[in-house]
Amino acid sequence: MSGIPHDHYEPKTKIEKWLHSRLPIVGLLYDTLFIPTPKNLNWMWIWGIVLTFCLVLQIVTGIVLAMHYTPHADMAFASLEHIMRDVNGGHMLRYLHANGASLFFFAVYIHIFRGLYYGSYKAPREVTWIVGMLIYLAMMATGFMGYVLPWGQMSFWGATVITGLFGAIPLIGEPIQTWLLGGPAVDNATLNRFFSLHYLLPFVIAGLVVVHIWAFHSTGNNNPTGVDVRRGSKAEAEKDTLPFWPYFVMKDLFALSLILLIFFAVVGFMPNYLGHPDNYIEANPLATPAHIVPEWYYLPFYAILRAFTSDVWVVMFAGWITGGIVDAKFFGVLAMFGAIFVMVLVPWLDTSSVRSGRYRPMFKWWFALLAIDFVVLMWCGAQPAEPPYSTIALIGSAYWFAYFLVILPLLGVIEKPTAQPDTIEDDFKAHYGKTGGSADATPAE
Amino acid sequence: MIKTLTLSAAVALGLGAGSAMAAGGESHVEDFAFSFEGPFGSYDQFQLQRGLQIFTEVCSGCHGLRYVPLRTLGDPGGVGLPEDQVRAYAEQNFEVFDPELDDTRPARPTDNFPANTGVGAPDLSLMAKARAGFHGPYGLGINQVVKGMGGPEYIASVLSGYTGEEKEEAGVTLYENHAFPGGWIGMAPPLEDGSVEYQDGHQNDLHHLAQDVAAFLMWAAEPKMMARKQTGLVAVLFLGLLTVLLYLTNKRIWAPVKKRAKGEAAE
Amino acid sequence: MSHADDHEGTRRDFLYFATAGAGAVTAGAAVWPLINQMNPSADVAALSSIQVDVGGVAEGTQLTVKWLGKPVFIRRRTADEIEMAKAVNVDELPDPDARNANLPAGAPATDPNRGLLPPGAEPGTDSEWLVMMGVCTHLGCVPLGDAGDFGGWFCPCHGSHYDTAGRIRKGPAPRNLPVPMAGFADETTIVLG
Repeated sequence: MSGIPHDHYEPKTKIEKWLHSRLPIVGLLYDTLFIPTPKNLNWMWIWGIVLTFCLVLQIVTGIVLAMHYTPHADMAFASLEHIMRDVNGGHMLRYLHANGASLFFFAVYIHIFRGLYYGSYKAPREVTWIVGMLIYLAMMATGFMGYVLPWGQMSFWGATVITGLFGAIPLIGEPIQTWLLGGPAVDNATLNRFFSLHYLLPFVIAGLVVVHIWAFHSTGNNNPTGVDVRRGSKAEAEKDTLPFWPYFVMKDLFALSLILLIFFAVVGFMPNYLGHPDNYIEANPLATPAHIVPEWYYLPFYAILRAFTSDVWVVMFAGWITGGIVDAKFFGVLAMFGAIFVMVLVPWLDTSSVRSGRYRPMFKWWFALLAIDFVVLMWCGAQPAEPPYSTIALIGSAYWFAYFLVILPLLGVIEKPTAQPDTIEDDFKAHYGKTGGSADATPAE
Repeated sequence: MIKTLTLSAAVALGLGAGSAMAAGGESHVEDFAFSFEGPFGSYDQFQLQRGLQIFTEVCSGCHGLRYVPLRTLGDPGGVGLPEDQVRAYAEQNFEVFDPELDDTRPARPTDNFPANTGVGAPDLSLMAKARAGFHGPYGLGINQVVKGMGGPEYIASVLSGYTGEEKEEAGVTLYENHAFPGGWIGMAPPLEDGSVEYQDGHQNDLHHLAQDVAAFLMWAAEPKMMARKQTGLVAVLFLGLLTVLLYLTNKRIWAPVKKRAKGEAAE
Repeated sequence: MSHADDHEGTRRDFLYFATAGAGAVTAGAAVWPLINQMNPSADVAALSSIQVDVGGVAEGTQLTVKWLGKPVFIRRRTADEIEMAKAVNVDELPDPDARNANLPAGAPATDPNRGLLPPGAEPGTDSEWLVMMGVCTHLGCVPLGDAGDFGGWFCPCHGSHYDTAGRIRKGPAPRNLPVPMAGFADETTIVLG
């Protein structure tokens, strides 16, 4: 499976041979479980397991919650209270599902930024990266539709605002919005289809996850140095790698256990911290909350959406050049999706010959600024759309695009990378020789 | 906010409150000390019973509690009334419409507290979770971690936050309340010192009454809080053990690899 | 670890076993809530026992209440009805079993074994109260009261006749109408379940 030379499964007994010639499933599992993995992976490489766990957690808790939930505008809110009060352990299942979504997004953001820092998107892993971005988009859609299901005030008005984004598309926007909602406004039809799609999309994500894993198992994992595993011979490859089982399985499980400990503390002791109080008020189409805030994990992109108001010169310019077709509202929508799209394009925007940010002295600082920018945008998204927040959001949005469209392409040309280790083995030895075999590898800087 | 009020008193009473909260009104929410705060805090059964009395004698005149089943008054860890008292309480205090009889009948434990939409007062089932008393600072959410979301604190502060001033606006009497966002609330002061007499002679000044009913409403909104904290605690302790074991196992598995790397690096 | 000698391999094995064991317990603990959530929820469970006020039921009339989604007949029988029921030879009944959930299985279908005793009454004495599921044992129709050849119930679907103790006497139904778990909470209140 992998291009890295390693032992393959050899069927020995008659039964094994019989099965292997018909369905090489044991071989597939063997190759997956014992895949050679760069031995110098640090603690930023544990988030894949956390994300896989989150997907399973959400699917399992979601399926059992669906057994008690009623997707009807008149009964949805009450059915949640039924889950919270009457269903055996229902309150835990629901809080696990609601907070599980937060853990899912928390992990995916670290996972994405890990990829951005260590150049995991660069050749030959572009497909892994793009499939990953598709997973992220599917997660956004799933999370959004899931948030509508409790049918609280934020569910309803969040759905109204977000589907309104499609209405901003010139000419075809309104028919699309009506088609999405199944009517002129968010109502029972919307709730029903969102429930159906919220149930469907996680399985699409699961399929994409298989492709994602397949893709990077074909190219081999990236690693903190960005240096390729030597593939000349099996003996050479084994100096750079260790089999996934048990070395990385145990490491990942330890990290997962620690993260779950914190997760359960949140679920047990402050399960409503990340939610919005207004969602404990049943949806009321006649009264809008003064301040509609999406869930925290959408906030950076929500901030970008709101940042481009009609008094910003790029918006005015876009309006002038398109003869008024692109107004501020549509520009905001384009900016929000554009902010994700530039991430999809990053394999071709980054011109550097060096993969890992560890050996890129200038890149490091711009990257750190991007990470800070992300957090600042998240904070802006939760604030009212007025000065000074709107100004900060505009600067933050501008930097987001500048990083991907200007800084990354230029850095590759002007930056002088520092020396990379020749092999992963050298990096590993240097680390443990230096620190005297202290407990574990260091986390990412 | 003013616009909302003129639109409809009901909206002003109910939803407007939460909305203005989020907008960050100048409200003063006192950080009451409730027995159920913190990872080990639990409901004070007698306080919940006092709160139930206040709800029954005062609040239920205008407010409903439609999502709360009457039988849960008997659940352990909460109000904890004996079964016969739950039955008597339901029968004596509430009438419900029974579609099978096509008529009203006295409530049974299997019914919920009735809804009450007569004067447009909001339902209180989830009020303690639908309001947040604490925010910030600077939208960072630190106060909520330290003090909690502040739902019951908000309720108690509103109930004890009347200044005595009132004004009339668009035909609606508004009462000044320094805990309510916007400062003016449509609900007349429901409680005052000694307005509810406790059987056990517990203190019944306004401050205590407000706190008791707020505690009851927290229970009404989150009746499974005790079970939740218990599950959380067991999970955290057990995952702690598992984490330590996995840490040691992981270390043990990697030890030879690291030892070899160290040895070779020293060469 | 007291039983083991202080050997590197043993200590390692113990650690591995402990970790695997703790992992297995964690996985097991995660599975139980997923199974338990399918058990009847608290609102459903609360309906498994209901109280019925029978203070207003006059002699010779019956009350039908819904319990667990099915009708339950609560009849206050007249002395004549009791006499009629007692006059029957149990051995000649199509179903000689009392079908009474309050009695051990296989109790004979005598009239005292079918009735529900009021508070303070001696076991085995006659009772004017008859409480039973109102579901025909043939195909589940609801029989009509004060009807049929035996003065009890008559099922209009396929013509089963039940007597004044709810026992099948004629027609396709195989068994007597079942008597559910029931008892008097006080003089005028019957608890079902």
